[in-house]
Amino acid sequence: MPHDHSLDHDQDHTDLPSDLELRVKALESLLLEKGLVNPDTLNTIIDTYENRVGPRNGVHVVAKAWTDPKFKAALMNDPTAAVASLGYTGRQGEHLNVVENTAQVHNLVVCTLCSCYPWTVLGLPPVWYKSAPYRSRAVSEPRAVLQEFGTELDAGVCVRVWDSTSEMRYLVLPLRPQGTEHWSEQQLQQLVSRNSMIGVEPARSPEAVENTSS
Amino acid sequence: MNQFPFQPRDLEGPVFNEPWEAQAFSLVIALHEQGSFTWEEWATTLSAEISRAQSQGDPDLGDSYYQHWLCALEKISASKNICSYPEMATRKSLWIAAYAHTPHGKPIELSAAEKEVGGRG
Repeated sequence: MPHDHSLDHDQDHTDLPSDLELRVKALESLLLEKGLVNPDTLNTIIDTYENRVGPRNGVHVVAKAWTDPKFKAALMNDPTAAVASLGYTGRQGEHLNVVENTAQVHNLVVCTLCSCYPWTVLGLPPVWYKSAPYRSRAVSEPRAVLQEFGTELDAGVCVRVWDSTSEMRYLVLPLRPQGTEHWSEQQLQQLVSRNSMIGVEPARSPEAVENTSS
Repeated sequence: MNQFPFQPRDLEGPVFNEPWEAQAFSLVIALHEQGSFTWEEWATTLSAEISRAQSQGDPDLGDSYYQHWLCALEKISASKNICSYPEMATRKSLWIAAYAHTPHGKPIELSAAEKEVGGRG
């Protein structure tokens, strides 16, 4: 489904979160203000658990798309349905768009408004994704942001930035690393990082994985 | 980490269905770690909340677990004078106002709610 953020959402204030989300937000902001909880502590706890919701779902989706052309075609055609076919479903009314990196185009995902994030496939957003600097700079100077993540792109590569909304979430399909032609879907999963599916980094190289696993 | 009856988890630990659940989870851990309440006090509050919900017909299949968790967190916050229910309600209204007053493309900050409090400009 094509979706032009700027046209569709002229007077959009974003959907109000659920009552439960608002109550958590209310408590969190009060406790932070009172100095009863420390933002770093909260971030550490969230960091510990963020992998628990499941970038693994996204990892599955990407590795399958790399190895199964039929699935990839379905994924590009109707991402929400293709991802649901693997058993990963979000809340009603939430659409997933998959943007594919190529030799010419690198995609980067942000939510300038808050922290809309495809959590059914990527789990909890990392702390930096929710930070104001990332939210603004991903749009104003995406190449500088990418460099800070250690991602250097050739000058000829076009960077596309996708601004998420409560209705439309994005998953980056990273480039399959070279030298993995004979890898199985299972093996390829090791190369898919959360950051590569947000678009701030490429997928891991086979060498990087070999160095860490022993 | 102590285990709780009915807490959704797999071999590696707790699992969350939505981000707010992990936020509510982390608030409890953080408050406990800095001494706002003992783990036993928390466990008692939470299990009372779960029993109350079950007695009202909640099957508690895991999908509502963190709703009980949040209710228990609000309850223990009030009973320990960490923050009162009226404070929480006021803050929730402020966030609703902040959402309503934040145009798309701007981060949602509480200060946006003040426009409403001070009269719309």
